[in-house]
Amino acid sequence: MTIRPTFLAATAAILLAGSALPAMAVTLRYANQGDLKSLDPYTVNETTTNAHLGHVYEGLTRRGKDLAIQPSLAERWEISEDGLTWRFFLRKGVKFHNGNAFNADDVIFSANRVRAQGSNFQTRVPTNAEFVKVDDHTIDVKLKSPNPILNSQWDTWYILDKEWAEANNATGPTPASATTPSYAALNANGTGPFKIESHQPGVKTVFKSNKEWWDKAEHNLDEIVFTPIGSDATRVAALLSGEVDVIEPVPLQDIQRVNSSANAKVLSGPELRTIFLGMDQTRDELLFSNVKGKNPFKDPKVREAFFKAIDIETIKSRVMRGLATPSALMIAPELFTFSKDFERPKYDLEGAKKLLADAGYPNGFEVGMDCPNDRYVNDEAICQAVVSMLARAGIKVNLMAQPKAQYFGKVLKAGNYNTSFYLLGWTPGTFDSHNVLHDIEGCRDNPQSSRGESNLGNYCNKKHDELTDKILVETDKAKRDQMIKEAFQITVNDYGYIPLHQQALAWGVSNKVKLSQRADNSVLLYWAKKE
Amino acid sequence: MLAFTIRRALQAIGVLLAVGIIAFAMFRFAGDPVNQIVSLDTPAAEREQVRRSLGLDDPVPVQFVRYLAQSIQGDFGVSYQFRQPVSDLLAERMPATLELAICATIFSTVFGVLMGVYSGLRRDSFLTKVFQTVSLVGISLPTFLIGILLIYLFAVTLGWLPSYGRGDTVQIGWWSTGLLTVSGLKALIMPSITLGLFQMTLIMRIVRAEMMEVLRTDYIKFARARGLTTRAIHFGHALKNTLVPVITIVGLQFGSVIAFAIITETVFQWPGMGLLFVQAVQNVDIPIMAAYLMLVALIFVAINLAVDILYTVVDPRLRTTIRQPT
Repeated sequence: MTIRPTFLAATAAILLAGSALPAMAVTLRYANQGDLKSLDPYTVNETTTNAHLGHVYEGLTRRGKDLAIQPSLAERWEISEDGLTWRFFLRKGVKFHNGNAFNADDVIFSANRVRAQGSNFQTRVPTNAEFVKVDDHTIDVKLKSPNPILNSQWDTWYILDKEWAEANNATGPTPASATTPSYAALNANGTGPFKIESHQPGVKTVFKSNKEWWDKAEHNLDEIVFTPIGSDATRVAALLSGEVDVIEPVPLQDIQRVNSSANAKVLSGPELRTIFLGMDQTRDELLFSNVKGKNPFKDPKVREAFFKAIDIETIKSRVMRGLATPSALMIAPELFTFSKDFERPKYDLEGAKKLLADAGYPNGFEVGMDCPNDRYVNDEAICQAVVSMLARAGIKVNLMAQPKAQYFGKVLKAGNYNTSFYLLGWTPGTFDSHNVLHDIEGCRDNPQSSRGESNLGNYCNKKHDELTDKILVETDKAKRDQMIKEAFQITVNDYGYIPLHQQALAWGVSNKVKLSQRADNSVLLYWAKKE
Repeated sequence: MLAFTIRRALQAIGVLLAVGIIAFAMFRFAGDPVNQIVSLDTPAAEREQVRRSLGLDDPVPVQFVRYLAQSIQGDFGVSYQFRQPVSDLLAERMPATLELAICATIFSTVFGVLMGVYSGLRRDSFLTKVFQTVSLVGISLPTFLIGILLIYLFAVTLGWLPSYGRGDTVQIGWWSTGLLTVSGLKALIMPSITLGLFQMTLIMRIVRAEMMEVLRTDYIKFARARGLTTRAIHFGHALKNTLVPVITIVGLQFGSVIAFAIITETVFQWPGMGLLFVQAVQNVDIPIMAAYLMLVALIFVAINLAVDILYTVVDPRLRTTIRQPT
């Protein structure tokens, strides 16, 4: 075989041209399972999106590597004696990417925009909170009732530039149901450490380092190229071949392989999301069961029996391959100081059988279970394990595993809580216990209130709810924590839920990259260093 | 000829309508789009608001008629996920899919015909046996497996080719092409092979069988008797006569290649229409799903029509039967 000289010359020319590109710019390539769908920071409240946009936009506060609240666009804040006025002192000399100065008007504008119709972040700022401009860099927030966790979610309430939004006809949030394309969904103008260079939804987003950032950069990157790669195998292959530097997540079954490869390793740690099982405790007869005329889950003995029949250690070692932390509470230990005072009741199959017999089901019963199969780490496998464990106690579980699109349509309020027994995961958006006590453990009896809206099985205890209301307005931290502990104890005693575990985070990181992992699964590359 | 074309065009509209109706009837089983749009802790009242503004609270037939009325005016709606017009998204993704499909088709036709001719002529040679084995692999292994095997061999182990994406692209007007850059061309190799392998196998087998058939016919014997060179007989006479079925296959399969690019695009994270569709299914993005299904149906119908017309060009016998319907 002969190769013509012209062909050789052409090849050489192409190779030379390739190597003549400006080198030495540090580019970090990052692939995630999910997409960056909208650049408007008020459209989708979802961890991955919030983390992406956190490179570009900033809030008045931010959270550190340990999730502690830190000052960001607000340098500091003071709370008045009565707890009704919060005064925020804004950082001076901060500029948006388009050069506009950041000031109090931008905060007031963002506060109105985030609470407007169509925002998915309305709960970030109380509707009746009044924002008053004291001067260009001071803001008073006046509340109707004390709220000790007012700014707990402000790290992802990103501040927009008023002038920019007005100039581009983007003063209202891009609703999730937008029927016309919005400028803010495709363009971004924040104050953060990175600027968006180009954004092709679903294909590629390029971030460029913002050299004029107000804070000292911890990263050494010039550019971040983000690509969504949905297929697990391809994502792992791209990491192993060195084409991307960071991937999230690494599927459990590939962790070994990544760790044994020469150029990457898995960064893992406990995540804040709690995976749990819930039971319908409200209907007089279960929708999916052979027990007619009564609801066995109304009997705490049955719920205790279910709890004790599940061997959490086996789920941890077999299903989760060690990458899970069994949980006694409905909240991750990182988020509540007294978590360590709670201990998970031991696996006790004989005890479970006895409890069932005492409750009047010596031969067990049948119940249908709903389970997502593409939402949480190994969700369907966990459910299958639960099914076989309950079978040993005489309970026949008919598992219905389904994609999240169908699953959530069935079990949530829109589907009329159409389930008897289900698996769900929950991270309190506020990183505070109140969210769990209110949304997951609160009674669902008042249709006007949002309390218990995600309490699919309607576990209900009035005493628990009274405590929850007090917790909301209690500003003394020690007292508040004590009350939270009491409230959680009530649910534990009632066997209202069966918490399973906190799943583990698994990020694939090239050996060339140093990266800090935050427990809320936010991949924050402004903490990344690349060789 | 004109009447034939008009009749086919009317049939095409019927097919598109049927696809639309079936698609809309099935969307209810894809799940609730609202859950994909908002986060888990979104209050129910806000969810209802979203549902109403998307018109999802209307009965399915109403939604279908509304969709039809809008799409006739060229408005395919706005994607739930990306908040961009679906027509823009599809136009942006189409070059990627078409380049991939064309490269896969060229690859499969060239190699399929060459391998087919060779194994038709030298039935017992060693190379023929190799080709037969390759074709068996191509026909029996699922596409995604071939793709992943290629990735692990050429991207992870050898590091020669990129494992995902399109490489660098150049914008020519609204068309983004990967054919003009080195990384773009390298990125095309594995997806094209993955996508074209099945079709190559098919073409190879057809050419081989046709070749063997044709070589036994009288006019080939006659050509030999006339003392023509073997080369002229094989390529001038025999191969030409095997091409009618090959054109049919290549043509008809081109629609399938575009449609089945879904899998290849998912494996290689190829930013084409197929990937867009898969993401849309996962997120119950009805406007994209509907537009994509209609588009694929349209492509199929158009290709069928083109192939029918091409037939008459290649094979004069068909021309007369169309002119004089019995």
